[in-house]
Amino acid sequence: MDWGSLHTILGGVNKHSTSIGKIWLTVLFIFRIMILVVAAERVWGDEQDDFVCNTLQPGCKNVCYDHFFPISHIRLWALQLIFVSTPALLVAMHVAYRRHEKKRQFRKGDKKCEYKDIEEIRSQRFRIEGSLWWTYTSSIFFRLIFEAVFMYAFYFMYDGFRMPRLMKCNAWPCPNTVDCFVSRPTEKTVFTIFMIAVSSICILLNVAELCYLLTKFFLRRSKKAGNAKHHPNHENKEETKQNEMNELISDSCQNTVIGFTS
Amino acid sequence: MSWAFLRDLLSGVNKYSTGIGRIWVAVVFIFRLLVYVAAAENIWKYEHDEFECNIKQPGCENVCFDHFFPVSHVRLWALQLILVSTPSLLVVFHVAYRENREKRHSQTLYKSPGEIDGGLLCTYLISLVLKTGFEIVFLILFYKLYNGFKIPHLVKCDVRPCPNTVDCYISKPTEKMIFLYFLVATSCLCIVLNLSELSYLLCKYSVKCYLKRYTKEHR
Repeated sequence: MDWGSLHTILGGVNKHSTSIGKIWLTVLFIFRIMILVVAAERVWGDEQDDFVCNTLQPGCKNVCYDHFFPISHIRLWALQLIFVSTPALLVAMHVAYRRHEKKRQFRKGDKKCEYKDIEEIRSQRFRIEGSLWWTYTSSIFFRLIFEAVFMYAFYFMYDGFRMPRLMKCNAWPCPNTVDCFVSRPTEKTVFTIFMIAVSSICILLNVAELCYLLTKFFLRRSKKAGNAKHHPNHENKEETKQNEMNELISDSCQNTVIGFTS
Repeated sequence: MSWAFLRDLLSGVNKYSTGIGRIWVAVVFIFRLLVYVAAAENIWKYEHDEFECNIKQPGCENVCFDHFFPVSHVRLWALQLILVSTPSLLVVFHVAYRENREKRHSQTLYKSPGEIDGGLLCTYLISLVLKTGFEIVFLILFYKLYNGFKIPHLVKCDVRPCPNTVDCYISKPTEKMIFLYFLVATSCLCIVLNLSELSYLLCKYSVKCYLKRYTKEHR
């Protein structure tokens, strides 16, 4: 169980995302998760061993380390990545539920059935409209909130995004104000700024995706309102054609189902 | 042999679960297993090396560490994850038994071997009760072993061979406490999910039973 499993779970969602959503997923996996696993974990690997305080007093180092790093950067990023990836599961669950409903309809031999077989249902890509639009938009909204909360928590806990070389500590049992030195401060600052920059890019992508979805929604609504205004009682020519096609498909579907069950 | 085995096991269970059961599997995978492997294991990795006592007496640190941490938090966490995931195997075995039976008799004995009704419903309910039981047992164990869910900075130890009451310092207590609270929160969430699934199944099947009896009587 590792980040690869998360990739498998979220990969399925990719099919039903918008193009911006696909870019977001790529940025997440390549510039955040991969960098975390391949590089950042090594940089922070020896953080407590190489945290050195200018005192021989036993316990002073432990207490000072705990005082300045209540939760390590690495763990905070891991939690951030987990929380930010989770809303996509809402979409995955909604799609799975829709597929399940369609399979049930198909098995019952419903007249509304538009598919030739179960494989088509399994591989079908659902359009982001109706209730799926609401699920998708809420998932982006939650993602944005989680990103913002974690970035703020980072800023608040570490007084900015810089890692200082030296910290002055006078927590008990340190006998007086003691100098403590952080290991690899510059490298840690570089990675912190990198991760913050990529988080900001992800926030921008999410905002852009949200705007795109909202624009699409309002355009579709105004189109529908426009259509209803101009043709209140007659069906569209296209709609009539579509209805005829649906009837033909449902008739052939009925025959296929009867053949299947016998 | 690693956590991937548990992951594959739970993926198999997912097929025969209700909607709430699938949410439970997702919570266990992502908020418990993934957090454990990606974060918690590393926090507790050097807990013994970084445990420091204010004394040079050989053996004192070892004895004090053993006195305050009879079983490490991470090991208890791992045991909890394993024991809580295992009751779902009962359902998988029962479905396999059903499919085997159909094969042996070469005829359709059930509407669908994976459908939760009859004996499989009992098995499913038992697995839910066991899961909830294990969660509660482990939460109580954590609480009793460590006097609550707090991890102190400093513990005072006077076990032999320490010559007197000695100050011992635990490494990363705040970070450990944050993840301990996270563990407790996700356990409670899983307990709530299990109890809702239990009530949902009991309601659904009692309504079904009642309607069947009602239609029979009317005929």
